[in-house]
Amino acid sequence: MIKIENLHASIEGKEILKGLNLTVNAGEVHAIMGPNGAGKSTLASVLAGREEYEITAGSVDFDGNDLLEMSTEDRAREGLFLAFQYPVEIPGVSNVNFLKTAVNEIREYKGLEPISAKDFMQKVREKSALVELDSKLASRAVNEGFSGGEKKRNEIFQMAMLEPKLAILDETDSGLDIDALRIVANGVNKLKSPENACIVITHYQRLLDYIIPDFVHVLYNGRIVKSGPKELALELEEKGYDWIKEEVDSVNA
Amino acid sequence: METIINTTKLDVFRSHLTPTAINLPSAIVQEVNAVLDQTDFPTTRQEAWKYTRVGKIAAISAQQGITPSDDTSFPIIDQEAYTIHVVNGQPIWTTAQDKLPQGVHIKTLSSCNEAELQQLFEKKIQGIDVFQALNIAYLTDGLFITVDENVSIDHPIQLLHLNTTDSQVSNVSHFISAHKGSKASFIIGSLSSANSNSFTNSSLNVHVAENATLTIDKLQVEEEGNLIVSNELVTQENGSTFTINTITLNGSLVRNNLTIEVDGTNCTTNLNGAYLLKGNQHVDNHTVVDHKQPHCNSNELYKGVMDDQSTGVFNGKVFVREDAQKINAFQSNGNVLLSDSATINSKPELEIYADDVKCSHGSTTGQLDEEAVFYLRARGLSEASARQLLVSAFISDVLDKIENDAVGTFIDDVLSNRFGWQR
Ligand SMILES: Nc1ncnc2c1ncn2[C@@H]1O[C@H](COP(=O)(O)OP(=O)(O)O)[C@@H](O)[C@H]1O
Ligand SMILES: [Mg+2]
Repeated sequence: MIKIENLHASIEGKEILKGLNLTVNAGEVHAIMGPNGAGKSTLASVLAGREEYEITAGSVDFDGNDLLEMSTEDRAREGLFLAFQYPVEIPGVSNVNFLKTAVNEIREYKGLEPISAKDFMQKVREKSALVELDSKLASRAVNEGFSGGEKKRNEIFQMAMLEPKLAILDETDSGLDIDALRIVANGVNKLKSPENACIVITHYQRLLDYIIPDFVHVLYNGRIVKSGPKELALELEEKGYDWIKEEVDSVNA
Repeated sequence: METIINTTKLDVFRSHLTPTAINLPSAIVQEVNAVLDQTDFPTTRQEAWKYTRVGKIAAISAQQGITPSDDTSFPIIDQEAYTIHVVNGQPIWTTAQDKLPQGVHIKTLSSCNEAELQQLFEKKIQGIDVFQALNIAYLTDGLFITVDENVSIDHPIQLLHLNTTDSQVSNVSHFISAHKGSKASFIIGSLSSANSNSFTNSSLNVHVAENATLTIDKLQVEEEGNLIVSNELVTQENGSTFTINTITLNGSLVRNNLTIEVDGTNCTTNLNGAYLLKGNQHVDNHTVVDHKQPHCNSNELYKGVMDDQSTGVFNGKVFVREDAQKINAFQSNGNVLLSDSATINSKPELEIYADDVKCSHGSTTGQLDEEAVFYLRARGLSEASARQLLVSAFISDVLDKIENDAVGTFIDDVLSNRFGWQR
């Protein structure tokens, strides 16, 4: 599905990603963990096409397309979805209205007819129920006045509406209480299929009690420095990141 | 002795114009000509014209007197409205005069007698500026509209102005008198189809009598390259409600001077404005709300979006006179600049001489939130739709004030044709 090779990215002249490799196949769930400032959000931003970052080396293949050559919107239309770590508030733009535009622009890109108003509303009802998002919130201005948890649920609601091939969740669990966490995880699990994949960026192993990853990676200092089965997450929870930092730093020294 | 006569730009401009053929009292004509003889076009050294240069107007060598053929069809905003087109300054009865609703009387100024004109114009000549003086001295024609006491009109009256020839200069003056308890709405459109340099210098006097309700949707959508100066003076009496929505979406130079004298108690005044500009457009809204009496509400909301090298000017004054206690006056001007070369000059002003009032004013200028643009694109919206959505969200609280659906649809059409907005 996605193959990231030797990815280098910098911002304001500072190199953040320093040769990152990662392959995710259809049907898989990958967790990326790592200390603050490791570059996790940078990776998510670069994959989504944020233009402030300069890609200095490497390649990203997304289902046979050169991802780095595509505009942000075309990446989304090809099925890439980023749940933002910090969802943006957009006063005056209604959630459902913009999603309808999004759904229809994606459909147009794929050569499909616009969705009917009835089918769209049906889908809104179904998907907002899935993440237990109040239907009033669904039609309010995007994230405006939403609590932290509501914003995160709104991200998953949008993901459910857009049915992406590859979803990247950037710390969707942070700031959520245990109930909200279960709802979000449940939403993600319901969307899981052999045709799509998910990259879950998280700080805490507790989300991984609900979303069971096939692989866990540790991102440190702009690289994936360790990969393993889901048990790696438990080990990280227990021992923290220092032992990994030491391992990496001693190799580099 | 030799007298040195300085020929002003105004003299040159006037030399291309035909003095008015309207039967105005000669004292009035003499007086306005005396004003014109003594002055020139305003410069940016004058406070009221600080940000707006009128060189484009001064440079016109006016063409006049071209009357379009009878069978020409002109654009219409609201199909159901009672319609008068004002083409090159001349009224054309698109809705036949005898099809007007009961209790509404419309006559052209050219059909008014001197006594009527004396009444209409005598108050207009005090302290007038160059454009108002030109308007009278070279008056092409205009309409005198009355709505009788307690009459409610089922559909709006629409006055649609257009110049069809390049460098056409039209001086148009309308009077609307809404009698006690009447209820009416108007659409006033500027839709010039000339390619360039046509200039409409318009004047509108509105009187809203006791408990009358009057709404004006004013749309300025001229072919790029045309110029407008518009002076509106509105007076309100006790218990009246006046609303004006000024929407400017095209035209090279537009200057609106809107003055509302609230000379009655328990009045409501709503002034909304939206301007969406691109290219080299220059749009200047000067508004005055003058609260002379107590117990009134005024709400002013102007919003603008400037792209390319366009310039917006907003100057809004609210006066609350000494006797005008218990006034609620709100004023707000918000602007978004879409390009580094776009400009806005915004100056909201409050002058309050009463002590028991609630007033607020504010002005904001910003750019589109690029984080929001990215967020929307990351959901699959094209960059253009993302920006459109954000601009439209910004401007919507003004456009939402327009209650007439036909006007709304007309605006949507302009937004889609001129700005490429998808619906
Ligand atoms: N706009 C920016 N300018 C400079 N440095 C930045 C910018 N954004 C992020 N960084 C730096 O990039 C590094 C990685 O940040 P980030 O990807 O957000 O880390 P993580 O998500 O793993 O906590 C940090 O050191 C951060 O300070
Ligand atoms: Mg982060």
